[in-house]
Amino acid sequence: MSTSSVSKGCFVFKPSAKKRKTCDVADYFSHSCDGSDNSRLRYKLCQDLWDAIKADTEKLQEELNRKILDGLLQFIRKCCSTFQHNADDWVSRMRASEIPTAALVLGVNVPDHDMTFQSLCELLQQSVTPHVAFLQAKECGALKNLMQRVLERLMGTAVSVDEEEDEAEQPGGTQPRQKGAHCTLATLCEWYECKTKKSNTPGKKRSSANEDEPQRPPIVIIFKDLEAFNPRVLQDFILICSRYVEQLPLMFVFGIATSPSTIQHVLPHSVSSLLCIELFQSLSCTLHLATVIDKLILTHHFPFKLNGKVLQVLVSIFLYHDFSVRNFIKGLKLALLEHFLSQPLSILCCGKKEMVGNATQLSHQGLESVRQLASFRRYVEQQKPQEQVDLLTNDEHMKETCKKLLKGLHKYHKNFYPILRCLHTLTNALPKYPLGKQIRELHIMCLEGNVWEKEEYQSAMQLLRMLAKEELVKALKHSEEILTPCKSKKMKDVLVQLQQLLDKFEHLDETKTETAANEDVITSPGKSIQKKTDLFQLQKTLLEMKETRRTKKMSQFEILRNEALEFMSGLVRSYLAPPETQPLYEVCYYSSSTVLRRHLNATPRTSIQTALSSPYHYLQNDKLLTEDGVSNAAPDICIVHKLHLECGRLINLYDWLEAYATVVSAAEGKDPDSEDYGKVDELKHARFIQAVSELEFLGFIKSTKQKTDHVARLTWGGC
Amino acid sequence: MAACLQHTGYDQERLLHVSDKLPCRVFQAGTLLSLMGEPSQYSYPSIFLYGHRSTGKSHVVSTLLQELELPHATVSCVECVSAGLMFERVLLALFGPDTTSLLPRSPSLSDFVRIYRQQCPQSPANQTRFIVIEKAELLRDMDANLLPVLLRLQELIEDNVTVILLSEIVWDQFRPNTGCFEPLLLHFPDYSKGDLQQILSQDIHPSYSAELYSAFINILLGVFYSVCRDLRELRHLAALNFSKFCEPLKEGKVKESDTHKLWRNIEPHLKKAMQTVYLREVSSVQWEELQMEEKESGAMKGLSAHAHVELPYYSKFLLIAAYLASYNPARTDRRFFLKHHGKIRKTNFLKKHEKTSNHLLGPKPFPLDRLLAIFYSVVDSRVAPTASIFSQISSLVTLQLLTQLGHDDQLDAPKYKCAVALDFIRAISRTVNFDIVKYLYDFL
Repeated sequence: MSTSSVSKGCFVFKPSAKKRKTCDVADYFSHSCDGSDNSRLRYKLCQDLWDAIKADTEKLQEELNRKILDGLLQFIRKCCSTFQHNADDWVSRMRASEIPTAALVLGVNVPDHDMTFQSLCELLQQSVTPHVAFLQAKECGALKNLMQRVLERLMGTAVSVDEEEDEAEQPGGTQPRQKGAHCTLATLCEWYECKTKKSNTPGKKRSSANEDEPQRPPIVIIFKDLEAFNPRVLQDFILICSRYVEQLPLMFVFGIATSPSTIQHVLPHSVSSLLCIELFQSLSCTLHLATVIDKLILTHHFPFKLNGKVLQVLVSIFLYHDFSVRNFIKGLKLALLEHFLSQPLSILCCGKKEMVGNATQLSHQGLESVRQLASFRRYVEQQKPQEQVDLLTNDEHMKETCKKLLKGLHKYHKNFYPILRCLHTLTNALPKYPLGKQIRELHIMCLEGNVWEKEEYQSAMQLLRMLAKEELVKALKHSEEILTPCKSKKMKDVLVQLQQLLDKFEHLDETKTETAANEDVITSPGKSIQKKTDLFQLQKTLLEMKETRRTKKMSQFEILRNEALEFMSGLVRSYLAPPETQPLYEVCYYSSSTVLRRHLNATPRTSIQTALSSPYHYLQNDKLLTEDGVSNAAPDICIVHKLHLECGRLINLYDWLEAYATVVSAAEGKDPDSEDYGKVDELKHARFIQAVSELEFLGFIKSTKQKTDHVARLTWGGC
Repeated sequence: MAACLQHTGYDQERLLHVSDKLPCRVFQAGTLLSLMGEPSQYSYPSIFLYGHRSTGKSHVVSTLLQELELPHATVSCVECVSAGLMFERVLLALFGPDTTSLLPRSPSLSDFVRIYRQQCPQSPANQTRFIVIEKAELLRDMDANLLPVLLRLQELIEDNVTVILLSEIVWDQFRPNTGCFEPLLLHFPDYSKGDLQQILSQDIHPSYSAELYSAFINILLGVFYSVCRDLRELRHLAALNFSKFCEPLKEGKVKESDTHKLWRNIEPHLKKAMQTVYLREVSSVQWEELQMEEKESGAMKGLSAHAHVELPYYSKFLLIAAYLASYNPARTDRRFFLKHHGKIRKTNFLKKHEKTSNHLLGPKPFPLDRLLAIFYSVVDSRVAPTASIFSQISSLVTLQLLTQLGHDDQLDAPKYKCAVALDFIRAISRTVNFDIVKYLYDFL
């Protein structure tokens, strides 16, 4: 960029970075798709959907954090008020002045804590105190650094525009900060005194804002990851702080990842006796995930869906690897992007109204790709021949059908989730949890296939048939609650039926008293087992007895129970069919779990191994294609790697070089009988050395002092 | 003990006042005073005071110096992250704020000495100047020449200055290899039970009689004297528990003279305090709340009661593998993790030193390879060696469940140690249905 200005100077050109950036992404969207015109629309849909999801998750996490943060804030306020009063009574004079400390247990995934701490800082600054210092272990290696950070954060954050003048008046105030030696709490003390005095003097602009603030706002120092701090540094810092606690209203917040007992491991008694520790425990991360899944996945509000395998990948990364809700949501975002990027028909993946609108605007090409869909072909095959012809040739008719099918899909989702929840309430308390303890397990099961054909479902049903009345009624009542807010017509019908059932259960007690009188006394079984029998016989008789007992007489309750369960399994059959059975399901469901796994759970070691043992896989060069292992023409490092696999723990460099030279000579097509076949020339030598050092860089070998001219292998196994 | 200090050169009134302020430490104060000599006399260059925590070292020194109005500078080593900071503090206290600006950035010892000598003639003192250095044991970690210089600072500066070092450890631990000027040593012994009784009884609650408070202190010491002789801590505990002690008096159930009943009331309470608030399992605020609410014991969970840690599935197995690698001899891995290992008799198989329990010896370091090899054989499903498996190892290190040994080369076969206890790992392995005891060599 240029300016027509003659004078020298600095000119700021504010680039419209934001706009351009979004354009880039949109362009990327259109480039990567095979020339279809709707890429921009898809990008917009994707963006909107993501924004909605993001807003929802943020709200959700705020809610989840609220409880613990509220407790924390209350604690800080309370401590702050005790600082204020500084009562002259006997007890407070006698008590050792401890530093109030909140121990915040947040779970093992440390990166996830960022958000919690961020909102904590914001809340503190809004409502309690402007003096908050947030420390991470990695920036506080030594006491000096720690001190520097604390002063920087506290005094730096407080420097706002209107205070720069004050500093200009008294340069002594800013000067010591530049000098590393002056980073002491004494400096902080002076600064704090000056600060509080200033805000107390009336007539200032800021005094109105300060009125509801406490006179001496506390200084809160947050240690994000207590475990990672150097214990010595932490101890010294606490010792120093305790010397100043009379003058400075200091407070600590410890972010703890493991368990509160780490405080006792990190700090000796002499130091921890200076603290007054209160414990705050956050929600466990599995519960957190359950809530997120409940709000984001198990709802028809978002048209974008994951199929069973993808969901399984995301959940297992969470449970097996990181316990990170943030990563889970990131995975969801990735799936969303991938879906809109790779599936041209994702243009139909949106709210009901837009969906219909977009369906009417489908081009011929779009309709063709709809016809390609496996689920749609299945649907066509089920139609009458005339209909089939119409669907495949008449675009208008096709559009109408599409709309109908899409509406059907929408309805399917509306019914699917309430029934899923109902089934979960019935089964989540069964012994051994045949259908899973968490609803996500049941959900995945339902996504994967017909749930009613599964063995687990059968055993769950069998257990349900033995359920006591109270539990059954309780579960049914809970289902009623779940179904009540549903607006779809079918769900309303279901609700009415359920209520009728519940009525019957209630009236059962009345009818029971009447029937009780004429009920036969069941003869006690067991007399038939008296005589001696073998095991087989015994089993047989027991089975028979079981049969007879069941068929003999069913109480009113049992009949009703069976009725209820029949009703339930009817619902399951009609509403919990897997999405694959729905025509056009591909529009909403993202299904390539391998892509997701490759992106989220990378296997660098396997990739390197693949690259070295079969270079064709990445290079796609036909020359490299061989039946077994590595061809002679492969890159040097592959040959060297292949050769090194044949060696033991220590590799003789010269032998290795010889072998390499032989292989390379063969690749050059030299006559095996000629004299310089397999001879080491300078070029080969250099290539070999380069390849070996590359292998060393990749961590396959290292130099060793055990034997001269040898290197040690760092991997084991071979060919 | 004759509770009276006497020394020529000081005002008798003041000395009397000082000795009032230093109960049970008059002897030490007297010795110190005679070492210091009269204000105008040159004093011994360095004095080393040592004794356990809260035996009144700082208190005696600061009371003497302040009450007798002697020029002095007090610095605590824990605050001085660099020597420069210490010099600055000393100069500030002795010569006023102007001198500190004379010090260059990151001043050296010679800078300090130079400026001190510059300032000396400007403000000549006919009294001995004192430099008091608290927590002197930290001097050993600072520059090697700092301690020897401080010990003979008088010679270097050519001024009447005395350095008083306060430390919790004995002088023998200080003496540098190269030798140095020997300071005069003065030991502060622990307060005896009688001393503690006397000192603590001085903080009388304004609304109760001195006898009652003294009786309370007597009971308190009866419980706590065996575990804690720290005056500060005892005073803190007294403050926390006195209200409970007075409760029956307030309610009018018991008279002040009925000490036995009061004792019966407070004793179990104090015992509970010893297990909770003294160990900081329960904070003092929570303890006070607990007293107000009159809850039954056990309602409050201490800090160490929350020992449970939630970990991802593979992290648990990694930790288990690390524990096995740390506590089993490497040669026994074949026996535990290979299917057809044959039978190995424990006694014949091992060398002599391996026969002692590994749990008594503590965790041993192991390389990453071994950890992964055990991990793959312990975990029940096939696990791909993904990046997140490796990152889990490093996050276990940051959580301090594993410790990494030697930071020099991360690429070159790093070594680890498992840092968790048997109970912890048993709880972890129970959650994944893994019977760890079967795999531990010590429990064969």
